[in-house]
Amino acid sequence: MSFRDPLLVQNVVGALGTALPRGGRGYKIMHVCGSHEHTISRWGLRSLLPQGLEVIAGPGCPVCVCPAHEVGEAIELVRRGVTVATFGDMLNLPTRFGSLAQAKAEGGDVRLIYSPMDAARLAQRNPDREVVLFAVGFETTAAPVAAVLGAGELPDNFSLLVSHRLTPPAMELLLGIGDIHIDGFIAPGHVSTITGSDAWRRFPEAYAMPVVVAGFEPEDILLAMLLLVRQLNRGEAKLENEYARVVPDAGNRPALAAIEEVFEVTPAWWRGIGRIPRSGLRPRRELAHRDARERFGIRFEADLSDLPPGCSCHLVMLGKAYPPACPLYGKKCTPSSPYGPCMVSQEGTCFIWFTYESDELSATAAGGAK
Amino acid sequence: MTSSADLTTAAVGPAESTALDGDLPCPIPLDRYPRVLMAHGGGGRLTQQLIQEMLVPRFSNPHLAELHDGAVLAVEGNRLAMSTDSFVVSPLFFPGGDIGELAVNGTVNDLAMCGARPRYLSLGFILEEGLPMETLWQVVRSVERAAQRARVSVVTGDTKVIERSRQDGLYLNTTGIGFVPDGVEIAPRRAQPGDTVLISGAIAVHGTAVMSVREGLEFETTLASDTAPLADLVGALLSAVGSRVHVLRDPTRGGVAAALNEIAGSVGLGIELDEAAVPVWPDVLGACEILGLDPLYVANEGKFLALVAADAADAAVSLMREDPLGREAAVIGHVVDEHPGRVVLHSRVGGRRMLDLLSGEQLPRIC
Amino acid sequence: MCLGVPGEVLSIETGANGLPMGKVSFGGMRKDVVLAYLPEVEVGDYVLVHVGFAISRIDPEEAERTMALLQELGDLALLERDLKAVQHLEVDDAR
Repeated sequence: MSFRDPLLVQNVVGALGTALPRGGRGYKIMHVCGSHEHTISRWGLRSLLPQGLEVIAGPGCPVCVCPAHEVGEAIELVRRGVTVATFGDMLNLPTRFGSLAQAKAEGGDVRLIYSPMDAARLAQRNPDREVVLFAVGFETTAAPVAAVLGAGELPDNFSLLVSHRLTPPAMELLLGIGDIHIDGFIAPGHVSTITGSDAWRRFPEAYAMPVVVAGFEPEDILLAMLLLVRQLNRGEAKLENEYARVVPDAGNRPALAAIEEVFEVTPAWWRGIGRIPRSGLRPRRELAHRDARERFGIRFEADLSDLPPGCSCHLVMLGKAYPPACPLYGKKCTPSSPYGPCMVSQEGTCFIWFTYESDELSATAAGGAK
Repeated sequence: MTSSADLTTAAVGPAESTALDGDLPCPIPLDRYPRVLMAHGGGGRLTQQLIQEMLVPRFSNPHLAELHDGAVLAVEGNRLAMSTDSFVVSPLFFPGGDIGELAVNGTVNDLAMCGARPRYLSLGFILEEGLPMETLWQVVRSVERAAQRARVSVVTGDTKVIERSRQDGLYLNTTGIGFVPDGVEIAPRRAQPGDTVLISGAIAVHGTAVMSVREGLEFETTLASDTAPLADLVGALLSAVGSRVHVLRDPTRGGVAAALNEIAGSVGLGIELDEAAVPVWPDVLGACEILGLDPLYVANEGKFLALVAADAADAAVSLMREDPLGREAAVIGHVVDEHPGRVVLHSRVGGRRMLDLLSGEQLPRIC
Repeated sequence: MCLGVPGEVLSIETGANGLPMGKVSFGGMRKDVVLAYLPEVEVGDYVLVHVGFAISRIDPEEAERTMALLQELGDLALLERDLKAVQHLEVDDAR
């Protein structure tokens, strides 16, 4: 017996149908993870949910929340002749500075890497070039990047443009200012491997928000929703860990120590949301020579309106609207011609909706996402 | 009917209107795409946009309108299939093949997808200054062997050298000519609601094998590209099932998802795909998972999709399974009236979703 | 947001960079993975890999527990169905 089993999925779907109170106003559950959205869409899970149960995507895509001016900094480095290494997701992100794909088309040197280790290796193999790792991602990715940055022997021509973001502080701020309207919260499993499930404990305690840490198999997400529905039925708000096979309560201590050693916490901009205190990382001062912003004297000003005019990405990212509710969705904004950031990344909610959700499904869901 | 179109009228080239409208603006939005991006060659939406908006309207004729991998032309009582393809693979040599073999099989297979027996090939080299001569020799030998295996003759060719730029070193173009036997009629427009969709074997092998040796992504695997000439297997299928084979398509760039979308789009019918029925090897799946790729979008070089009349599906599958190239042939879906132009996937766990085109090549993702 | 894929640790060694490395198999496909964040990992363990780093060891007992819960839900559904059927019968009998 293993995951991705139609019978197990049926089991949970059946239990969800039984657990959901009839005739109620229904429940709206938010996840904040691009990979959760991917699982939901890839396996067509929304088509299996009982009427009255909604799952929406919050600001869970590090590519989508990466502010335009920081992508602009990377593009500027490319235009200055620096080799910029980054993850595949970042390539097509549109900003008013253009995209990294465009900078590459202009003759710039942009390399796609799988692991941050590959970026250091790239610098080693090209000693006559400056190589910058454009490091995006949440805690999960910050930990591997910290290992690379903390490594003893790094080539002299290697530095990092750090755009890491921390998830729990951002989510807590959004909950605290009452800017998210949801009944329950699915916490991101892989961020939690680093932070520990304990990082989410304040959500039920301080905001009476039920939280379940969930894994990434279709069964995981459905089970997390079932646990949330049961909590809501009982009027409870507690932290549960559906993904205990992978997520320890206290997180990954060596990884947390490595992050602590090379990074310091800083306020950071989230695209379409704004500046959130204590939600970003930057290299510690001792490592200034590895900080591409210091090394190349490059620092773009944040732009309050870093979404293109008319774009609803901020509403989509806060769970206030489904993509089809945006007037540009599927018209001015499509995957072949993305207008807003959520349509660009394969993890962007709009992209995933456009790619995986059928029209009928989108239409019903759009009606429900008021 | 394309096959009976007169070559002389079809081959007028740019329509008269083109010559008159000297100042036609570029149909691609220049503010969005001032330059060609890699994604324009990825076989997804941007490629489609380039073909549909920039190319097809300029050269409009019934052959091109079919949007098939090759054209079937009527020449003095014979039906001649013609197809062209360029090859820019990196690295040049990969597990299970190389650019030379790919260039022969790719074009031979495009002809086979028109139902044709491939006969002649042209071979155009674009070489980069500095390319090791020995490398060129290896590629030439590989072309020779592949042409022998596919029983096609290289009858004309060209060589150009460009200044050193990217170190990929070598690009190839092949154009192929073949003959379509009497009674064979393969075209997207022959798709019917109720048709069964078949695949000739396990998917995503070529793309995964090439990726396994690409710088930065390297992993250890025994996977080798599936590149192979498919004309014999197609020939056997056509002689056994004949006119009940309606459409053939090799799901190369963009994978099965792109190929099915192209078919659905060009005939205005829907396709339902059963994910659990699509053969994928475990190590291919492992590689795809770790790179965040969906095997349905990964390239194949030795597989084809066939849309056949439902009553011929069983016979077609058993026949294909007798051939080593079709050993894992399977029924993976069917054609429907509903959701015209779209492909709907029934997921392994019972959900439904749309299987759409990507914007460009699928890129490894981290999140 | 963070792609993590489970794989089996086949071997452990010290890499050229001084970091503990391991060969990890994903359905037969093998890749070198950094094990620095899992000092206690052993050959044969299943680990979760993100961007070339193992970030967590997969606990087989917890996996079993989740699996059992998922199966129980099905048993429960069957039970409920049977219960409903019995109730129907009783209602029918009462008529």
